[in-house]
Amino acid sequence: MTLALFYLFAAILVLAALRVVTARNPVHAALSLVLCFFTAAMLWMLIKAEFLAISLVLIYVGAVMVLFLFVVMMLDINFESLRKGFWRFFPVAGTVAAIMLGEMLLVLTSRYANLSAARLPEPAAGFNSAKALGKLLYTEYFLPFQLAAVLLLVGMIAAIALTHRQRKNTKFQDPADQVAVKAADRVVVLKMEAEKPAHAETDTTHTGEKA
Amino acid sequence: MSWTQLNLAVATPEIFLLVAALIVLLSDIFLNERNKSIAYGLTLAALAGTAYLLLQSAGQSPRPGFNGMFIADPLSQAAKFGMVIGVALMLVYGRSYARLRGIFRGELFALSLFALLGMMVMASGANFVTLYIGLELLSLSLYALVAMQRNNVHATEAAMKYFVLGALASGLLLYGMSMVYGATGALDIPTISQRITVHGANNLLAIFGLVFIVTGIGFKLGAVPFHMWVPDVYDGAPTLLTQLIGSAPKLAAFAFTFRLLAEALAGYKPDWSSMLTILAVLSLVVGNVAAIAQTRLKRMLAYSTISHMGFLLLGFMAGTRDGYAASFFYAMSYMLTAAASFGMIMLLSGKDFEADQIADFKGLAKRDPWFAAMMLIVMFSMAGIPVFVGFFAKFAVLKAVISTGAIWLAVLAVACSLIGAFYYLRVVKVMYFDEPENQAPIAAAPDSRILLSVNCLLLLLLGLLPDRLLTVLTEAVQRSMLP
Repeated sequence: MTLALFYLFAAILVLAALRVVTARNPVHAALSLVLCFFTAAMLWMLIKAEFLAISLVLIYVGAVMVLFLFVVMMLDINFESLRKGFWRFFPVAGTVAAIMLGEMLLVLTSRYANLSAARLPEPAAGFNSAKALGKLLYTEYFLPFQLAAVLLLVGMIAAIALTHRQRKNTKFQDPADQVAVKAADRVVVLKMEAEKPAHAETDTTHTGEKA
Repeated sequence: MSWTQLNLAVATPEIFLLVAALIVLLSDIFLNERNKSIAYGLTLAALAGTAYLLLQSAGQSPRPGFNGMFIADPLSQAAKFGMVIGVALMLVYGRSYARLRGIFRGELFALSLFALLGMMVMASGANFVTLYIGLELLSLSLYALVAMQRNNVHATEAAMKYFVLGALASGLLLYGMSMVYGATGALDIPTISQRITVHGANNLLAIFGLVFIVTGIGFKLGAVPFHMWVPDVYDGAPTLLTQLIGSAPKLAAFAFTFRLLAEALAGYKPDWSSMLTILAVLSLVVGNVAAIAQTRLKRMLAYSTISHMGFLLLGFMAGTRDGYAASFFYAMSYMLTAAASFGMIMLLSGKDFEADQIADFKGLAKRDPWFAAMMLIVMFSMAGIPVFVGFFAKFAVLKAVISTGAIWLAVLAVACSLIGAFYYLRVVKVMYFDEPENQAPIAAAPDSRILLSVNCLLLLLLGLLPDRLLTVLTEAVQRSMLP
C-alpha cells in the first residue's frame, strides 16, 4: 500500500516539476510548484515524518509560495523573454539530463547498491517526531541550529543592504514622527469663501475684450 | 548530553567573532556617513581579538566540542589565523577604494565578519551539517557583498552568476553528502570514517556520493571543468571583494576538503585521488593557457587562481601527510600572494578609475620604483621563481607528487608553470620597460602602503626562510589527522 502511494506521489511530483519549467503562464508555474511542495510533504508523511511534512506545507506552501505568487502578479516581469532560450537549448539539455539520469539509475539499481537493505527503522510505540526533533535540535544539533540563525540574520542584512539602503525615492514611515503627531497637525481648518466671485472674473474678461 | 560534552570553550574565537560582528552591526545604526571609520576600527579590533584568542589556543591537541559537531585542532586553528589575516588585509587595502565607491558601509564590515565566521566554521566543522552551514554562511555573505554596489552593472551580473553557480554547487555537495549519509548512516566525520574503514559501508552508494562531493568542491575551489564562474566573478566584482573571494576562502576550502576527503572519506583515497588528478591536470593546463590571452589584469589573475588551485589539488591528490602539508602551505602562501596582487590594483586605482588592465601598470617603475619592486615580488612569487615563497610552495607540492611515483604529473605541472611564467613576467616587462601613460604619483593612504609593503616583503622573507612555516603546518596536519 505504502509503495503504491509512494509511486503515485512520486509520479505527481515529477509531472508537477515538469509543469513548473514548461508552463507558459507564470501563475500556473507557481501553482505547479505549490503542488510539488505538497506532494513532497506527502512523501515525508509516508515515512512518518509528520512534523517535517506539516512544516513544509506551512512554510513553503503557506508563506513562501504565497509571497512568490504576489511577486509574480505585482512585478511586471516578462517571463516569456526570460524563457526564450528554453526550447532552443532543450534538445542538448534534455540529452545531457537523460544520460545523467540513466547513469544514476544504473548505479542505484545495480545489486551492489543494495538499497533494499537500508530500510528505515520502525519507530517505537508512542514515538513523537516533533518531540524528538526538538530534543535533538536543542542538544546535539545546538551548534548548527545557532549557526542557521546566523545564516538567517545574514539573509536579512543582505536583503536590507541590497534594497533599502541609500535609495532616495524609497517611501518609508518614521515611527517617531508618527507618535509625536498632535491633533492640530492632523486637521487644518481653512477659512474660505463659500463661492468664487464668478461675476467679477467674467466681467474683467469681457472688459478686457472690449478694450 | 551535559555541559562538559557541550564544551563551549573550544569555540571561544568563533563566539567572540559572532558577538563582535553583532556589535559592529549595531554600531552602524548610531553612526552617520561621516564617521563610519569608527565601525571600521571596531571591525579591525574584532579581527585582532579573534587572532589573539586563536593564538591563545595554539599548540593544543585536538579538542572536540558541541557534542562532536565542532573540533578545534591545530590544522583548523592555523587555517583560521590565516583567514583572519586575509580578511584584515582586505579591509586595510580596500579602505579608500570602498570609500570612493560608496560601499564603505556597516554592511561591508558586518558581512565580511560573518563571511569570516562561515570560513572558521568550515575549518572546524566535524559534522556534515556544521560544515555545510559554514559553507552557506560564507557563500551567502559573499553573494550579498559582491552585489552591494547596486548601480554597477558588472558587479550585479557577477553576483548573479556567482549566486546561481554557487547554489548549484551547494546542491551537488548536499546531494553527495546525503548519499554518504545513506551509505554509512552517520553525519559526523569520525563515525563516517570508522564505518567505512572498519565495518565496511555500502561502497557503491558512498562512492556515488563521493562523485557529487568532489564536484561540489571543484565548483567551490574553481577547478576546471567547474571554473566557468571564476573569471566573470573576479572581473566583475569590486576589487576589494575580489580580494576577499580570492584570498581567505581558499584556506577555508582547503580545510573543508581536508575534513571531507582526507578525514571522512579516507577509506576511498584511491577513488578521490584519481578524480582530483583529473581536476588538477585540467586546471593547470586550462588556467595557464587561458591566462596568456587576457589583457585585463583581474581576469588574468582569475585564470591564474584556477591554475594555482590545480597545484593545491595536486598536493591533496598525493594523499600523504606531506602532501596535505604541502597543499596547506600552498593555500597559505597563495592567500598572502593573492591579497598583495589585488592590493596593488586597489593601490593604483582612484575615484572612477580602476587599474585593472595590464596596460595600467605601464612604466610603474618610473612612477613609483618602490611599488614596482613590490609588484615584481608578487609576480615572481606567483610564477614560482626561486627565493620567493611561491617557489617553495610549488616545490613542496612537487616533492609530494613525486613521492607517490607519478613523475609524469610533476613534469606536467612544471611545464604548465613555465607557460604561466610568461604572463607573470609580461606584467614585469610592462612595468619596467614600457613608457608610463599616466605620470600622476600614487595617491594612497600610508596604512595601506605600509601593510602592502610588509605583505610583499613577507613573500620574500617566507621564501628565504620557508622551513619555519612549513614545519608548523606539517605538524598541524600531523596532529590533526584522525588516528
